Amino acid sequence: MANSTLTDVAAHASAGKSLPARLMVGITRRLVIIVPYVWLLFFFLVPFIIVFKISLSVTAIAMPPYAPVLSLKDGISALLSDLGQLSFDNYVWLTQDALYINSYITSVVVAAISTVLTLLVGYPIAYGMARAPASLRPTLLMMVILPFWTSFLIRVYAWIGILKPEGLLNQFLLATGIIDSPLIITNTYTAVFIGIVYSYLPFMVLPLYAALEKMDHSLIEAAQDLGCPPITAFWKVTFPLSLPGVVAGCLLVFIPAVGEFVIPDLLGGSQTLMIGRTLWNEFFANRDWPVASAVAVILLLILIVPIVIFQNAQARAQEAGR
Amino acid sequence: MSPTWTRFNIVSVTLGFAFLYLPIVLLVIFSFNASKLVTVWGGFSTRWYVSLFQNQGLMDAAWVTIRVGLISATVATVLGTLGALALVRYTRFRGRVLFSGMIFAPLVMPDVITGLSLLLLFVAIDLDRGFATVTLAHITFTMCFVAVVVQSRLLTFDRSLEEAAMDLGAPPVRTFFQITLPVIAPAIISGWMLAFTLSLDDLVVASFTSGPGATTLPMKIYSQVRLGVTPEINAACTILIGLVTAGVIIASIVNKRREVQRLRDEQAAQRG
Amino acid sequence: MKSLGSIRKDFAPWNDSNAKPYIQFEQVTKKFGDFTAVNNLSLTIFEREFFALLGASGCGKSTLLRMLAGFEEPTSGRILLDGQNLAGIPPYRRPVNMMFQSYALFPHMTVEKNIAFGLKQEGMPAPEIEKRVAEMLKLVKLEAFAKRKPHQLSGGQRQRVALARSVAKRPKVLLLDEPLGALDKKLREETQFELMDLQQQLGLTFVVVTHDQEEAMTMADRIAIMDKGEVMQVATPAEVYEAPASRFVASFVGNVNIFEGKVIERTAQGAQLAGANGVQILVENAGDAVAGAEVAFAIRPEKIRVSSKRPADAANAMEGLVYDIAYLGDMTVYHVKLDNGQIVRASAMNATRTTDDPLTWDDRAWISFRPDAGVVLTR
Repeated sequence: MANSTLTDVAAHASAGKSLPARLMVGITRRLVIIVPYVWLLFFFLVPFIIVFKISLSVTAIAMPPYAPVLSLKDGISALLSDLGQLSFDNYVWLTQDALYINSYITSVVVAAISTVLTLLVGYPIAYGMARAPASLRPTLLMMVILPFWTSFLIRVYAWIGILKPEGLLNQFLLATGIIDSPLIITNTYTAVFIGIVYSYLPFMVLPLYAALEKMDHSLIEAAQDLGCPPITAFWKVTFPLSLPGVVAGCLLVFIPAVGEFVIPDLLGGSQTLMIGRTLWNEFFANRDWPVASAVAVILLLILIVPIVIFQNAQARAQEAGR
Repeated sequence: MSPTWTRFNIVSVTLGFAFLYLPIVLLVIFSFNASKLVTVWGGFSTRWYVSLFQNQGLMDAAWVTIRVGLISATVATVLGTLGALALVRYTRFRGRVLFSGMIFAPLVMPDVITGLSLLLLFVAIDLDRGFATVTLAHITFTMCFVAVVVQSRLLTFDRSLEEAAMDLGAPPVRTFFQITLPVIAPAIISGWMLAFTLSLDDLVVASFTSGPGATTLPMKIYSQVRLGVTPEINAACTILIGLVTAGVIIASIVNKRREVQRLRDEQAAQRG
Repeated sequence: MKSLGSIRKDFAPWNDSNAKPYIQFEQVTKKFGDFTAVNNLSLTIFEREFFALLGASGCGKSTLLRMLAGFEEPTSGRILLDGQNLAGIPPYRRPVNMMFQSYALFPHMTVEKNIAFGLKQEGMPAPEIEKRVAEMLKLVKLEAFAKRKPHQLSGGQRQRVALARSVAKRPKVLLLDEPLGALDKKLREETQFELMDLQQQLGLTFVVVTHDQEEAMTMADRIAIMDKGEVMQVATPAEVYEAPASRFVASFVGNVNIFEGKVIERTAQGAQLAGANGVQILVENAGDAVAGAEVAFAIRPEKIRVSSKRPADAANAMEGLVYDIAYLGDMTVYHVKLDNGQIVRASAMNATRTTDDPLTWDDRAWISFRPDAGVVLTR
């Protein structure tokens, strides 16, 4: 009822006013929707359609490096005959080369393992923050957000100096005599896991903290009063109530991690097969735009389910906020 | 009753923050390393900062990045605020589901997909890659972050403020500029800051959509990092970290001061 | 017939058939989707009246107010103000101002800027605005707080700023949405009287929405009692209390005992009623009840006397058991379980410090009342 007020007011205004004034109100109202809508249609939705179209084309040594170009320059009939040249060959190609299938599987597995690791690392931190004295909480919150404001690239780069064979971690471990020969961490999946957990930790901690912080502590006291030992109270009360935060955090880590490029490229090296790197190489090294597009389309299909879950969660949170 | 802060809680928070901050701290320390071998301490020196400022390529890239950031953050803030208003204020219009999808999807969309798809758009419409295309790309993906920040503020906005203004004779557009906008201004400002930082940070989308003469700082850093860790890059990163940290800390101190003052005022008012 | 009394004796335009209506709701209906918030409602409010809309939440009273302010448009029917149809006039062009439940003070403006906001909108020259703001600040006794922001004020001060802001434009009608809802009890009582003084002083028409019957009874000239989008009764506070129009109104306002029964004999003035299990009631105010009709007899607790013996002169008396006693200081409330099973609530003023007729739990007791102590309800 309250949400429709502005619209109602516009309707009232139009009833008693002249035509230009009525048009003004209608236009202002529509501009609010139309401007961002058209922008996103043109720069977000249309590009996906183009990606899909190009994924059906073949590579050509030209600029742009694919054919058919599908333009109206040569008239409608030429365009129609060009349409006939589109094919699913690139997709067939993806299924026949183990490189792509392995990349997809590896990406999903690496992202899933990293998500679980991030949850395991992030939950105790968020839990500890939520139980910290109220006066300390804003500062702790700011300290979790702060790394997020510093460049992603820099934070990944910082780990190279730590993890490489002659890096700080190995120097430390050798000096203290824990190991005899340097550990090889860079250019392995271990380094990718560390990188993802580190980079995406704030995305996990923030929704978890939000869910845990607003929880009424008397619920725990009630559970204990009714005979629940602390650990059981945690699993029966705290954890189930924090599930929305767990789901949000996991999606915020998993979805971007599947398509991650910087971390596998800098920390995983050429050995790691992740789809973000494969796409990048296909595009920049092989200059095969149609195959790169096909890779992107399949990646999007893999991610569509988690993305829809994420959006529904967002929409529900929005409804709850009303 | 507030919960107790157990030793387990303290230890997990401490270890968590150590994990988050140690790599950054080490990077900063080694930017002052005299030795060219990045991981071997050779004494304190600021020589890498000096050579950094003599590196014309890095300086140019930094300048491009700042310009892209300022323009894209500003446009994204306008578009994102409009998007948030559309989402919160107009609960029924044709294509609203698609619209909210296009607002939320870019938040989690892998950069490689966003970058590739925007590049292919620019090629299809025959737009030369360069400064303009990077800026357009950054507007597109940062406006969604702005929209989400502003949207969450609008959801808690007391609509009776607007009704009161209209009741007192202000037409809808004037009500928006005199009441709504000033009240949600803090959210819009943090939206702008978020958009600006995201733009400064971005490597992947910029790599796809940029062209000759529009190399951004992250692109420059990335190409050097691929060749190995250099102290000069450590110095550049330290400066960036310093700037961002100072900005965030100042903003939060100002905020906190205001909050404390506000609390004190409220208590004083209650006493009489 | 004796008078039921009105606070402002000389002010009763509703009894004057020549009085010109000021606000008229004519068969107004408002639907939100499938939900009917206001159902075919007609109502007349007079100039300079202090009018209260009383009802539980969701009864449509706020919707009525918002339609008057212009935030909602009626689905059907029309609203007239001083003879002018308000249809299609947006809120910012209506000569009506509203004081919001949340006060809706603009947080980024000082007290004086808040008060001046409406005056600026109508393009009043600056010196005049300044004069009017000063006048308003004086009216609500906030001269010293002109430069403060809303968050620097206490709840009561905020309420007064909201009030000053909404009367600054000298509206034809002031609408108040739960004006005292956010104040604590003591402050609320003080403010009730301040509001009444203010209304007299400014000579404005006030329409107030409230769910608090005490508030409505204290302040209003007339009260409209609403339920499910309809008006159940419009009358002065005394009429609403002493002569409710229906069982709903009788039980909504104050405490009441209701005896269901049948009219067995109808006389010129009164009637003889028969209730369950042989209860016989003689009443004087029988209204339009006809012989044989199923009716209810409603009587307020303070009009019932409780005694250990049957009073000799009592026209109506029934015997029962003292079931519960609550001693409240100024009065004592008895719950007497009659021999037919019905529980009757009776209250006695403690006009003296001691009593000659002490009653305690499980004592046999008589309740008695005069024939004119209650009313017969046909609805």
